Amino acid sequence: MQAFTSVSGAAAPLMLSNVDTDVIIRIERLTSGADLGHFAFEALRYLPDGTPDPECVLNEPRFSGAPILLAGRNFGCGSSREGAVTALMGMGVRCVIAPGFGDIFFANSFRNGLLPVVLAEEIVERLAAQSRDGNFTVDLQSQTVEAPSGEQVAFSVDKLQRDGLLEGLDDIGLTLKSSADIHAWQMADRVHRPWVWQTER
Amino acid sequence: MARTLFEKIWDAHVIRDLGDGWALLHIDRHLLHDLSGPPALDEIARRGLAVCNPGLVFATPDHAVSSRPGRDAKSFELGGYLYDMLKSRSQAAHIRFFDLGQEGQGIVHVMGPELGLVLPGVTLICGDSHTCTNGGLGALAFGVGQSESAHALATQTLRQKKPKLMRVRFEGAIGQGVTPKDLILHLIGSLGAAAGSGYAIEYAGSAIRAMPVEGRLTICNLSVELGAKYGLVAPDEKTFAFLEGRRFTPQGASFNEAVASWRELFSDDDARFDREEVIDVGSISPTVTWGTSPEQVIPIDGVVPDPAAASDPEERKTRQAALDYMGLEAGRPIAGTKIDWVFIGSCTNSRITDLREAAALARGHHVARGVTAWVVPGSETVKRQAEAEGLDHIFRSAGFEWREPGCSLCVAANGESVPSGARAVSTSNRNFVGRQGSGARTHLASPAMAAAAAIMGELTDVRRI
Repeated sequence: MQAFTSVSGAAAPLMLSNVDTDVIIRIERLTSGADLGHFAFEALRYLPDGTPDPECVLNEPRFSGAPILLAGRNFGCGSSREGAVTALMGMGVRCVIAPGFGDIFFANSFRNGLLPVVLAEEIVERLAAQSRDGNFTVDLQSQTVEAPSGEQVAFSVDKLQRDGLLEGLDDIGLTLKSSADIHAWQMADRVHRPWVWQTER
Repeated sequence: MARTLFEKIWDAHVIRDLGDGWALLHIDRHLLHDLSGPPALDEIARRGLAVCNPGLVFATPDHAVSSRPGRDAKSFELGGYLYDMLKSRSQAAHIRFFDLGQEGQGIVHVMGPELGLVLPGVTLICGDSHTCTNGGLGALAFGVGQSESAHALATQTLRQKKPKLMRVRFEGAIGQGVTPKDLILHLIGSLGAAAGSGYAIEYAGSAIRAMPVEGRLTICNLSVELGAKYGLVAPDEKTFAFLEGRRFTPQGASFNEAVASWRELFSDDDARFDREEVIDVGSISPTVTWGTSPEQVIPIDGVVPDPAAASDPEERKTRQAALDYMGLEAGRPIAGTKIDWVFIGSCTNSRITDLREAAALARGHHVARGVTAWVVPGSETVKRQAEAEGLDHIFRSAGFEWREPGCSLCVAANGESVPSGARAVSTSNRNFVGRQGSGARTHLASPAMAAAAAIMGELTDVRRI
């Protein structure tokens, strides 16, 4: 997994509530082997004829390839498709700042090197108001967002997830170190709840 | 110490405490489908790892298979490719694969409960957000992405953070024409689509106790539309009766032993929840969505809300965008809105009880001119049962298409979609932009409401039929 320490650059403001993972990436783009970054937010970014919609904030030249996305409430709600994270990263996004996230999207982000930052809605709005004023920096080590105005905003990420992202840790490798514990738990469970294990029918 | 239902199941599965509320949890059941299964199996193969406990993993194709009558695995070409991958990789890993045309094939969250693979007190995952459906049997069931699915395949565990706990009590007796789908849509409309974010939700109260297991599965199914990864209902006599005799349910003395332990699975009287809500179900009408988020609901006798009424500018913008997409006008009654398509199916509402509910309305009527109406049973078993009861005949006589089991128009990943601009009444779970097809407009509703809309050619109050 790609590690994340800090990122600096433009922050695109997509201040809509409940942007779901179907809107982030349509299901058939996942199954057809398409360039996910190109098709991210396609219903928002492109007109029916496939040309970029000049009205869409994500198509403003200053936000092309922006590594930070400022989003509305409940970003990434809906489907568990991990391709939603891949699609954002395909656009160049490494960090999404929002008042809240869909729980599965939030978990998937950490598994792929995308940092989701939760900040109070009024703070996200304040940051969005500065999105055309210059670059932002998000630093996971110090857990701060620096706005173009110089304002520093603190955020917090669980230590387990922070360490995983900072070091690009492999969860499966870590868990496999507990194989003996897992095996012992299963042996005891086979006695305690035998019916769970009776699946040969 | 008093504990909630959720905590009892969670605690029983902790292999290691990882600190700060995180735990290494044992996963008792893992379901794989054709979209998220193959990449997860590929990932562990790429790392040279084996499936830890293949006997606890079960696979079936549902998302990308055609639902066309007479279909085979290749009727939708891309789906055929995913089907081949799921089948070959499952078989190579000694994972049981329920093939097309076999009992067991179907939408994962329909086939799991019906086979007795989902049991009270188990932990269950699937690379699918609607895995919360299975909490209706008292399981701790949740959706994951493919990375977590790969982790669970390789280790039979997941690293999870214990969520906050919410209890929603549905109290009272539900009115005529009102179904579990209406209750949960009403709840999402009342609390908002993000209310459950970070929570596990236990549904309780007299209306839940009186509700058949299938209805509880529908309620739990839409937990993720409320923002919650988990929804669950304490198992009771209805649950045990539902499970007894199913293929993978423990048999004989083992069943009795299991039931004895399942009887302990309830929230203690003084257990603490982080949030509690009480809903008077007597006040709930048949409910439909008007917008592009499941929180955008109104009773069928309501009017389309005016975005200008929202105080928050982000909310106004979001609602206006939804109205524009849906082609609706604020202030107009929602009933009477002309429709083009009806879809009865999905992991929300494709069980035998749902099909009976829809067939009861369809009997003796005919689908309105210009409306395309599909019935897609949730599983091979549901299909056979419905055909044994003659429901397929009722639907066909009424002008509905009777199709093969799968996800079909709920997710539109199988070559089937609602045309752009067309208005659909759907018993599924997501009215998102483009969900049922690029530009398709979705109104979520109960099976009865969907059948009524098909017959009338417009959104209709089922209580008037």
